[in-house]
Amino acid sequence: MKKKEPISTGAEWTFELIERYDQEISRVAETFELDTYPNQIEIITSEQMMDAYSSVGMPLNYNHWSFGKQFVETEQNYRRGRMGLAYEIVINSDPCISYLMEENTMTMQALVIAHACYGHNSFFKGNYLFRTWTDATAIIDYLLFAKNYIRRCEERYGAEEVEALLDSCHALMNYGVNRYQRPQPITAEEERERQKAREEYVQRHINELWNTIPKKEEEERPSTMRFPAEPEENILYFVEKNAPLLESWQREIIRIVRKVSQYFYPQKQTQVMNEGWACFWHYTLLHALYDEGLVTDGFMMEFLHSHSSVVFQPSFDSPYFSGINPYTIGYNMMTDIRRICENPTEEDKQWFPDIAGSNWLETMQNAMRNYKDESFILQFLSPKMIRDLKLFTILDDAERPTLAVSSIHDELGYKQIREDLAAQYNLGNREPNIQVYNVNVRGDRALTLRHYVHNGQPLGDDTDEVLRHLHRLWGFDVHLESVLPDGTVTRSQHCPPVQQDMIEQI
Amino acid sequence: MSYIIDRRQNAKKKSTVNRQRFLKRYKKHIKEAVEDAVNSRSITNIDQGGSVTIPRRDISEPIFHHGKGGVTKRVFPGNKEFVVGDEFQRPSGGGGGGGSGDGKASNQGEGMDDFTFQISQDEFLDFMFDGLELPYLVKKQLKNTTQYETRRAGFTNAGAPEKIHIVRSLRSAQARRVALTGKERREIRALYNEIESLQKRLPDDEAEQQIAALRLQIDELKQKIKRVPWIDDFDIKYNNTIRVPVPSSKAVMFCVMDVSGSMTQSIKDIAKRFFVLLYLFLKRNYKQIEVVFIRHHTHAKEVDEQEFFYSRETGGTIVSSALKLTGEVLQERYPAGDWNIYVAQASDGDNWDGDSNICGELLQKQILPMVQYFAYVEITTGPHQNLWLEYEKVYESWADSFAMHQITDAGEIYPVFRKLFEKKTEGAA
Repeated sequence: MKKKEPISTGAEWTFELIERYDQEISRVAETFELDTYPNQIEIITSEQMMDAYSSVGMPLNYNHWSFGKQFVETEQNYRRGRMGLAYEIVINSDPCISYLMEENTMTMQALVIAHACYGHNSFFKGNYLFRTWTDATAIIDYLLFAKNYIRRCEERYGAEEVEALLDSCHALMNYGVNRYQRPQPITAEEERERQKAREEYVQRHINELWNTIPKKEEEERPSTMRFPAEPEENILYFVEKNAPLLESWQREIIRIVRKVSQYFYPQKQTQVMNEGWACFWHYTLLHALYDEGLVTDGFMMEFLHSHSSVVFQPSFDSPYFSGINPYTIGYNMMTDIRRICENPTEEDKQWFPDIAGSNWLETMQNAMRNYKDESFILQFLSPKMIRDLKLFTILDDAERPTLAVSSIHDELGYKQIREDLAAQYNLGNREPNIQVYNVNVRGDRALTLRHYVHNGQPLGDDTDEVLRHLHRLWGFDVHLESVLPDGTVTRSQHCPPVQQDMIEQI
Repeated sequence: MSYIIDRRQNAKKKSTVNRQRFLKRYKKHIKEAVEDAVNSRSITNIDQGGSVTIPRRDISEPIFHHGKGGVTKRVFPGNKEFVVGDEFQRPSGGGGGGGSGDGKASNQGEGMDDFTFQISQDEFLDFMFDGLELPYLVKKQLKNTTQYETRRAGFTNAGAPEKIHIVRSLRSAQARRVALTGKERREIRALYNEIESLQKRLPDDEAEQQIAALRLQIDELKQKIKRVPWIDDFDIKYNNTIRVPVPSSKAVMFCVMDVSGSMTQSIKDIAKRFFVLLYLFLKRNYKQIEVVFIRHHTHAKEVDEQEFFYSRETGGTIVSSALKLTGEVLQERYPAGDWNIYVAQASDGDNWDGDSNICGELLQKQILPMVQYFAYVEITTGPHQNLWLEYEKVYESWADSFAMHQITDAGEIYPVFRKLFEKKTEGAA
């Protein structure tokens, strides 16, 4: 193949060059069948990058002090040189918005375009979690609606009132997510109309629930019936729909927080895959450009330097160690899948009979579309990778005085380590499983939550504080019971606190 | 297809609102930090910005998370010599071999650094002087107003030719022309349409005649439009300006200090800090500020800053000499109508016995009627002497513009300063 002229040779970028690189990368990406949303590439300054950082990476968001705190912290760390800013932020929207920092060199801009605009972008468009849970076309509109709605509430009811409500919602944000039920995508216009209807409907519905007019005798149900009949995992949703004393604007704000939380839910579950996919593609795409002679050797040196520091995994005893690097795991697994498809060993054929020797592009696209971190690791982490990274598992049982090494990277340990690592990315294990269990509808309206204890792990010391926030939303007493798998209640916490001993004495 | 957009010129300070809310929420902490800073800093950099530290637990946002205990498993990379079944002690603390992994550590509170961030010089001063105000500023300013300022105040229909606002005038002329010719232009459009439809019938004599007639009509209408004046008297708009009285923005601050033998260097340092605080405070309120240094032992002398603070002299103490000189300088150089006058006096309380009532008299007759505020600080650990007693009498009749306080050590300067200038409710005058 005849080598082409390099696109650029210097470090400085210009808009023409970015456009040129984007075209070339796009052309190569097409040959790999990467299906993306249209790209919107925005050049921003470092200051704007910090702004974006502090509003959870979104181009706009409602106002809250916690974003200010984030900003202050980011700014401080950046000024002191403790951290570099990310080279890019990419937003799951249609068109897919990517921010590029003006400080980047031309090489970095090209790297970021390949990584974000074609890697992440195609992941957003392809992965089933994003397809199911987020609506890329509507998110920007929705955030605009949320920002304006909350601003109007602040004008009407006072910024402090709204802030207190948001504090409480943020405390329960992780429990504002539907894990199984799929939300319907809607546009901002519909959202506004529905909001009105919702306001009226909910208020009526609640009045019925809390109706104190005595019912006829035969309607009395046995008192063992719980409300809700099945435990509800989405605590914010439950509060929004059922809390007796909330006003309709408060319910709407809870809903906004819930929606935003739901939007980020897939990102939390696909960190390894998403980054791995993007790293794999920036590596592959830029190498394809190099093979055609479109980029210089110097470009590749700079690119590889960045690339290898991003996917570097310090070992557990290194001072730089801070947990497993999701970029490393993700990138290596993606490359490994390609290797298994193209050059399978005997071991691979035994472990992955389905994919060994298959079309690598199809297999990878399939993996990208249909898995999340947990299942991806469980399915594709190969013994070779476990050996390469020298993975081992430490068992920490609070009952025992010492830590124990439970598995290492050997024949006996592969399966177990794979399960252990997958479990580490299972959101259900990372966050305590807490659900709405019962409301005392006929009595003091107290709300009871149940924490289903996993592996004997107790709740952290923030719990009382969170219960206070929930109490503020619910308006009546809140109880939290920790339940062991066999059904015994090990611990209960209350807000407002109850003198447990006193009650027992009586 | 990709769009490339340059956003660098967009609004930068998107996070400003959030940042301010954060500062507001932790005002108490920040104020404490500022107070500490003021007390511990040297005088020359007292007004720099500074870093503020807030304990991490105070600003944490609580969420449900797992606590310590139970059975947990974690996968680590980079095994060297471990084999299955190896056991070892838990690393103490959070660090050591374990490290802390998946981002949960920030919720645990323990072992984290305090939350430290930078505030700017302006913010620092805001917090430093938050809740303080210049006593009875407004009232005096308005009474003594001698200066006016010309300010823009919208537009009017009448005025001098040099004040014509061309863009607005032409805009309103155009609006008038559009409004007045609307009917004609509509008609012209209709006629053109007619012509167009007639043209389709060409060649046709009748149509040609009609077209000619229509064209005539159009010309007529166009003439009509032309007759609407291009600009009219009432189109013309003028910049409107008004004269508003501005309070005098000039202030003079008198620093009066006793330098007799009993004043040690440490007492002078305390006094200096007090003066610096007052200077910074006034600087925030006035555009232009002058400082007059007057030092005294048995007789008073106006000096420059260096001499004021650092030269040594000894001797007895006659406070009235300084007050007299202050009065004279006031009379000569700073007429009360043009200047906001502040006097700060620092002393260790010593005075020659027979002199104190002269001081009282001088104050009441010559100085207090002219000044905005007179602050007296006595830097001593001993009992009050006759000067204090005399000043207490003055205070009774001039409670608005006279304040006195005792300072025993450097840590008290800032609290005392705050006390002297804290917001007072209106009406005492």
